[in-house]
Amino acid sequence: MSKKHLENADMELAMSRVDGRVKVTGAAKYTAEVQLPELTYGVLVESTVGQGVITSIDTKKAEWAPGVIAVISHLNTPGVPEYKLQNQDVIQKQLRVFNDANVYFNGQPIAVVVADTLERAQYGASLVKVTYSKEKSFSNLKDNIARAIVPKKAKADPKGMTSDFIRGRAEAYKDAEFQVNEEYIQPSEAHHPMELHSIIATWDAEDKLTLVDKTQGSQQTAASIAKSFQLPAENVKVLSTYVGGAFGSALRVWPHEIVAILAAKKVQKPVKLVLHRNQMSYMVGYRPYTLQKVAIGASKDGKILGLSHESYGKTSMYEEFTENVLIMSRMMYDIPNVDTKYRIVPLNVSTPAPMRGPGEATGSFALECAIDELSYKLKMDPIELRLVNYAAQDPDKKIPWSSNFLKECYQLGADKIGWNKRKAEPDSIQDGEWKVGYGVATGTFGAFRNAASVKATFKPDGTLLLQSAIADIGPGTATSMTAIAAKNLGIQPENIAFQLGNSTFPKAPMQGGSNTVATVGSAVVATCDNLKVELAKRAAKQKPEWNNAIPKNISIVGTQLVNSDEPSSKVEIASLFKEDNLSELVIKGDAAPGEESKKYSFYSFSVHFIEAHVHELTGVVRIKNAVSVIDCGTVVSPKTARSQSMGGIVGGIGMALMEDVVIDDRTGRTVTASFGDYHVPVQADIPQMEMMFVNEKDPYLNPMGSKGLGEIVIIGVAPAVANAVYNATGKRVRHLPITPDKLI
Amino acid sequence: MIENKTREKEDEGMASNSRRDFLKKSSVITAIALTPVAAVKASDLKLDERLSEAIEQMSLSIEINGQQYNLKVEPRLTLLDLLRERLKLTGTKKGCDQGQCGACTVHVDGVRTNSCLSLAVMNDGAKVTTIEGLANGHELHPMQEAFIKHDGFQCGYCTPGQIMSAVACIHEGHANSETEIREFMSGNICRCGAYANIVNAIREVKAGGKV
Repeated sequence: MSKKHLENADMELAMSRVDGRVKVTGAAKYTAEVQLPELTYGVLVESTVGQGVITSIDTKKAEWAPGVIAVISHLNTPGVPEYKLQNQDVIQKQLRVFNDANVYFNGQPIAVVVADTLERAQYGASLVKVTYSKEKSFSNLKDNIARAIVPKKAKADPKGMTSDFIRGRAEAYKDAEFQVNEEYIQPSEAHHPMELHSIIATWDAEDKLTLVDKTQGSQQTAASIAKSFQLPAENVKVLSTYVGGAFGSALRVWPHEIVAILAAKKVQKPVKLVLHRNQMSYMVGYRPYTLQKVAIGASKDGKILGLSHESYGKTSMYEEFTENVLIMSRMMYDIPNVDTKYRIVPLNVSTPAPMRGPGEATGSFALECAIDELSYKLKMDPIELRLVNYAAQDPDKKIPWSSNFLKECYQLGADKIGWNKRKAEPDSIQDGEWKVGYGVATGTFGAFRNAASVKATFKPDGTLLLQSAIADIGPGTATSMTAIAAKNLGIQPENIAFQLGNSTFPKAPMQGGSNTVATVGSAVVATCDNLKVELAKRAAKQKPEWNNAIPKNISIVGTQLVNSDEPSSKVEIASLFKEDNLSELVIKGDAAPGEESKKYSFYSFSVHFIEAHVHELTGVVRIKNAVSVIDCGTVVSPKTARSQSMGGIVGGIGMALMEDVVIDDRTGRTVTASFGDYHVPVQADIPQMEMMFVNEKDPYLNPMGSKGLGEIVIIGVAPAVANAVYNATGKRVRHLPITPDKLI
Repeated sequence: MIENKTREKEDEGMASNSRRDFLKKSSVITAIALTPVAAVKASDLKLDERLSEAIEQMSLSIEINGQQYNLKVEPRLTLLDLLRERLKLTGTKKGCDQGQCGACTVHVDGVRTNSCLSLAVMNDGAKVTTIEGLANGHELHPMQEAFIKHDGFQCGYCTPGQIMSAVACIHEGHANSETEIREFMSGNICRCGAYANIVNAIREVKAGGKV
């Protein structure tokens, strides 16, 4: 075994977050905290029916209330120009805000009250009286499965993950000696980042907008808004310096953002609109309720002969939301016969959104539980079963993995959690009143890389400023980018600043799908290399041997530029600025993926181990130990990577044991909208955990050797919990969350 | 006058007879008792509203982070919104606005309090400490240092509330074991899942005896 791998103790000593100080002192300004003159407050009025038509909106009392400046609805909206265009994208059709009197879900924003203080806007909103012509609403997926449709995306992209797929033969599992054929339900889950979704919209001119906005992509939000309001792209500026979590909820523009912009247009002042916590469960997306059917057939030796996997997910009436629920079934194991079918069911609910580990986390719950169930039928260790079916190359694309250290992950994790303590027979270990069980599951997510640019400003005093439009929703992007630059240049991290979350900064993708380090990190490396070339060029005017210097041998040591090939030819950094009297050197670097994805299949992998204790009388589940072993390539920032991984386990425990967006199907209203009803893990639910990284570089994805991390840390956690609960109790819960009532 | 009557009629039509409605009516009546011309003018200027606005302000004397504030506030203003929206002390966070997440935790007379559940006027004469008042100038509080060292956060949004709660947790004598810390820190939700690191930070500060 390689000694490269990282454990808790190695990572605790690593570099701390560069924005730690501003976050622990309260100095970091999140969206709703940015101060603007003449600020006004917008509060939404929501529909109270699940489907119908607004017949009247009485706004007089609200308008008359002290401090209220305007009440805006479909009756007096300034309008969104894009809604009038003919050629709109018919697949991604956003809710048309205040466009007409139609109501598609309970909680739909139908008006906004703008006032000079928050209290006055809230009171004003309570005075708006709405009447409806109410129609029957449909929000239950199981009851309405007959309404399932093939997504338009499947028709547009027949080879994509949402199209019906067959490798080998369909339903080949039926011919196998050992079979599992079960239904699994993942209920809707709300992202609930701790920062409420917020926006401050300001029209700087008739055709110019500035938005302080909670978003995972400042430039993508700017582009989307520019399109909606038919403005020149450069006239929309978006700032999102600090984002208090998102987990996928801020990957697109939502109705409340359009509302704030419309309101600001109407009142000609900056409008701040902050969602209420309860609104966060139905206004900014959610992991959709998904029903899956998985059938697996294997021979006695554990070799899986056939896998059939169907998925039915919720979507809204106005927009088709799809995700890669079935990808893992196609590529994770070496199975000759695989067929998949993906359907969506349009209902009177708002549009879902990718939530951390998106469809893959949902799919892994069904697949990895089914694999576990198969292991019991075969009387085979579930790790052994996975190793028997290990795919030496990507069975879906039929090309080699860029890197795959899954076998190492299984080994490291099994040793760490003490897998040998597990009993093959469920309900075998008792600890007082608690039944003890161990579970394992695998996670995987594509390792992606996009195009990005970075701007560097280097000063004679040796300090470096890097800028990118990328967001940081919490993983510590400025920290990991600083670590990459520090390693590349030799500059001490404290002399590097990384600024982000500004649409006017150089190009970056959204922070989502675990692509930030691979994408922006590559641009940081390119920029640092460009900077070194420029410095060497300048140094060569003093010492000609610098003409031969290559970037990887150049570093900045203290106040000097050093070439490891020619240690004697050091030059003072400050002297490189003298010749043209420059006060700073500005360098840009670009990086984009090449042809590598044609040759190799890029995935990150994780294996999660859970020790669960189940109280035999009450059915309460306590997670006593959790070990994740992660193959995400080289770890560029160990301390933050460890925290990110622990966060994945915590999210997965929530998914497994408590999170459940319950809708009252009579009204379409979300019942579990507050933290009082929608339970997320709290301190008492979470044990100490061991995060391990294989830390072997991926040779092909990017210069750092990294892959992605943010998704694989949650993908596979919920099934590992469910599998541990089964091992402890002999009770198989296939409908999350695993609440005590399902175990007693 | 016609406009006035219409408005009065609408008021009568309301099911609820709130204090505000009463104030509106009484101020309109006061206006009518003057001259008709003045009444029309009063209505146009929404004088009744301004009157009720003035009446509805209450005085509040409060010390925040060692600074004395003498304010006029609406009674429905929460301590949290006073801090964030009026005084621009945005270090205290709004996570749920209904006492379920702990992001708004501050110390009121030394006791940890969800500032979203406390009306500002309930704190007349109180001494409040927020995250902005925890450090000693440039020198961070040991709990702040420990949160950085142990990476007790990711996005940082719940962090001020966690830190204020953590300091109080030790002061209360509720940080004697890992289990006890978990229990007494369970009112502060961290969606990024930094719980294990937060426990480690609190244990270290407790062991260091500096709090």
